[in-house]
Amino acid sequence: MAKAKITFTDIDQTVNVPAGTRVIEVSEKIGAGIIYGCREGDCGTCMMHVEEGWNNLTEPSVLEEKVLRENMASRHDRLACQAQILGDCRVKPA
Amino acid sequence: MSNPPSASPTDIARRGEAIEILPGVHWIGALDPALRAFDIILRTANGTTYNAYLVRGSHGVAVIDTVKAEFADEFFARLESVADYDEIEVIVLNHLEPDHTGALPELMRRAPQARLHISSRAPAMLKALLKPREEDPLEYRTADTGDEVSLGERTLRFLHTPFLHWPDTQCTYLVEDGVLFSGDVFGCHHCDSRMFNDRCADFRFAFDYYYAHIMRPFKTHVMDALKLIEPLALKIIAPTHGPILRDRPRRYLTRYRELSSASFAERIGNEDPTLVVFYMSSYGNTARMAEAVCAGAEEAGARVSLYDLEGGEIQPFVDLIETADALAFGSPTINGDAVKPIWDLLSSLAVVDLKGKLGAAFGSYGWTGEAVRMIEDRMRGLKMRVPVAGLRIKLIPTDEELEECREFGRALASAIVSGEKGRVIDFADLG
Ligand SMILES: Cc1cc2nc3c(=O)[nH]c(=O)nc-3n(C[C@H](O)[C@H](O)[C@H](O)COP(=O)(O)O)c2cc1C
Ligand code: FES
Ligand SMILES: [Fe+2]
Ligand SMILES: [Fe+2]
Repeated sequence: MAKAKITFTDIDQTVNVPAGTRVIEVSEKIGAGIIYGCREGDCGTCMMHVEEGWNNLTEPSVLEEKVLRENMASRHDRLACQAQILGDCRVKPA
Repeated sequence: MSNPPSASPTDIARRGEAIEILPGVHWIGALDPALRAFDIILRTANGTTYNAYLVRGSHGVAVIDTVKAEFADEFFARLESVADYDEIEVIVLNHLEPDHTGALPELMRRAPQARLHISSRAPAMLKALLKPREEDPLEYRTADTGDEVSLGERTLRFLHTPFLHWPDTQCTYLVEDGVLFSGDVFGCHHCDSRMFNDRCADFRFAFDYYYAHIMRPFKTHVMDALKLIEPLALKIIAPTHGPILRDRPRRYLTRYRELSSASFAERIGNEDPTLVVFYMSSYGNTARMAEAVCAGAEEAGARVSLYDLEGGEIQPFVDLIETADALAFGSPTINGDAVKPIWDLLSSLAVVDLKGKLGAAFGSYGWTGEAVRMIEDRMRGLKMRVPVAGLRIKLIPTDEELEECREFGRALASAIVSGEKGRVIDFADLG
């Protein structure tokens, strides 16, 4: 299976994951600082900032775009419970 | 402190009038002396108050927070005693929990011209709360730290303090008068119609109890908020529950800082990683394992504490867990399960942040040995990492098996000591 590396820059840790893994699954196991609420793309709690590899995450859905807008997301912010990892990237809590 | 209201505040509170805090700044909340439990999880020995405030400026009136829906009449009566609805220009909501937003829909009907000010994290929550119809969308302004709204000669400035205790929490600072409308922060469930901390009964335990149950899970956010609040010139802290803190308000900041700081490592003044081992043992087999685990972990450089759950109360153990880097639980398997004191402890951890702590389980067993696996699953459920596979030993541990226990302790300690900083971990190893 294709693999990708995701780095949580707040705790300086990198995990090698199967492509398609959601960021939330990795982040909470490793104890990075991204926090969660609903886990289903509704509350906006899990907002994270993508420092590198923006194009290596799955595209945001229309619903995610809406939640990001409502929560005043800045450019390159995503919801960790929605974004799936396709290639190498670096993220931190928004 | 200066400016006590001229009439007795007790009488004023009973008469349903506003209480003056400063000229043009009034308490317009409600008393709920009969309440005995709040939000299911909190006990309230003498009830609570829902504090709302009104600030009058030369260019209009601001209402800061409202009350629980059942107390709306009391709130509106107090509001009407000091302002007309058409004077209200600004409604500030420091967080959207129903105990402070219950009277909001009616207030918006009575003061339709007023603009809502909420934190930048609140819009989704506001929609969920008010469920507006498509043709009638909500209007509001969102605030971040430093944003201001002017009432003429008076200015409200917002402080973004998320997660204290809701994601959308903010505090509002009345700049010219040094009054911090702090929302639930610095609040407590204590109903005392004398209303000011220098007149009330001794409510220190209520203050600490409120912190322990509401703010404690968010300690790092408390520290972030204190960084914003401490530099302010503060004359009065006006929270949404309990007494208004006008006598030496800084004491309460100090108390929050005390309650929010100091891991064990900070307290002992060194950086040794800390491991706490808890166990139960009926015939001493799991106890012997526990001692060997500790010995191994210490060899590998951890500062280890060992406790027999049989000999202690839950609460101090919860405190220990909060400040440790790693935890290990030892339980025999009894009737296909871990023993109850382990579960009692593992189900008392909602108030502490466990995310990223390391966990491990071990135990002696007779024939099936389910306990270890069940404890590991529970720890993962609590968002802890389980870096070393659990260790089970059949009945009485032999010398070789005790060496396995020491090795288990060493492995756990080196997982804390080395950490995984900078290294690449495989997802499958995260457990
Ligand atoms: C102290 C407290 C903590 C809460 N924690 C959470 C939480 O972690 N996640 C969540 O989705 N909602 C949380 N809530 C929101 C409640 O689940 C929400 O208010 C719910 O509507 C209450 O339902 P009830 O009226 O049946 O009690 C919390 C509420 C309170 C008062
Ligand atoms: S956790 Fe609620 S949107 Fe991701
Ligand atoms: Fe609250
Ligand atoms: Fe509250």
